[in-house]
Amino acid sequence: MAPADAFTLLFVTAGAILFLAGTLGLLRFPDTLSRLHALSKADNLGLGLIVIGLLPQCDSVTAGLKLVCVWLLAQLSAATASQLIAGAVYRRKSGP
Amino acid sequence: MTLLLDLALVAWLLALALHIARVRDDRNAIVAFIGFGLLLGLGWTRLASLDVALTEAAIGGGVTGVLLLRAEAHLRPGKASGASVSHGGKTLAAIACAMVAAGLALAVLAFPSPAPTLAPAAATALPSTGLGNPVTAVLLAYRALDTLLEKVVLILALIGVWSLAPDHLWGGAPSLRPDVVPEPLAYLAQTLPPFGVLIAVYMFWVGADAPGGTFQGGTVLAAMWLLVMLARLRPAPETRRRSVRLVLIGGPTLFLAIGFLGFAMAGGFLAYPESIAKPLIVGIEAALTLSIAATLGLLVAGPAQTAPGR
Repeated sequence: MAPADAFTLLFVTAGAILFLAGTLGLLRFPDTLSRLHALSKADNLGLGLIVIGLLPQCDSVTAGLKLVCVWLLAQLSAATASQLIAGAVYRRKSGP
Repeated sequence: MTLLLDLALVAWLLALALHIARVRDDRNAIVAFIGFGLLLGLGWTRLASLDVALTEAAIGGGVTGVLLLRAEAHLRPGKASGASVSHGGKTLAAIACAMVAAGLALAVLAFPSPAPTLAPAAATALPSTGLGNPVTAVLLAYRALDTLLEKVVLILALIGVWSLAPDHLWGGAPSLRPDVVPEPLAYLAQTLPPFGVLIAVYMFWVGADAPGGTFQGGTVLAAMWLLVMLARLRPAPETRRRSVRLVLIGGPTLFLAIGFLGFAMAGGFLAYPESIAKPLIVGIEAALTLSIAATLGLLVAGPAQTAPGR
């Protein structure tokens, strides 16, 4: 196996395991905030690892850059969504 | 291995569809429906139909989801008194749906193998349009009439939404009226639009040669506009404004005008002279992208809720 393929296999597998762990946490954790924590870990780190793993497979530098952009955009949207949900939980707890 | 993935995808889609049909809470069903649109997009990707996948994710998941969520929020106050569909009605709907599904399945299975196809003809004629993406060629050259009518239908839908406004509010501005604008939302609405606009322009531009196009680009533009309106960075425009209406009808009008010019230049309605087919198509697509973005954004924004200013 070429070293590039071994690298891809290693990182994508690690990313997939993180997604699995995150999903498990999302289903099993007791309250909204811990579930959010599990979800954003999977989104950020899991997707990041998969993107890093796929980088050696890109044909061109621009294709790699596009992958990194996908990860950055997913980071931005995941972070915002988590903050919004956490804010809603906080407001509901403290009452209007 | 890929068979396993496909089977899992199909099982997932069926389970989600069943969940949407059975769940009692409307909002729960709508959120599941948005997920269903994204999953269906994955399904289209597996069928190598990237154009359809992008449209399904953008329209089926995104825009329809937001429209349904807003409709549900409007209906909620009066829901307790609202009549729900009776058991018999549900059974009837289920039987009708099952019959349609069975009929479609029979029709698909009855195709001779290989199925009759126009794909080779579409591919051979591709050079005469100057395009590289056969889907765009079908949409804007071979079956341009269908596409034109589709865009007109979108505008009719918007007129339908607008006409829900009472007379004295006609021509006023719709309002997205969030109770509070959380800080992260305002931050996102300031950060994301430049990138979103870039991505939308890119999607429209590569649509000539690769998966992408007017609908996908237009939806992304509409999403960015809605984000800005939702974060209250810019108010929704008054629906009587001339510039708003010009953008709305600009795309279909240009399409129609070039269609009629086809009589003079290429001997038929919606025919393009071969030498300038590509610039004409790209021009129409640019205008259509803006029109679609404006129409979808205003569809979500809803009917006018404040009286027009003097």
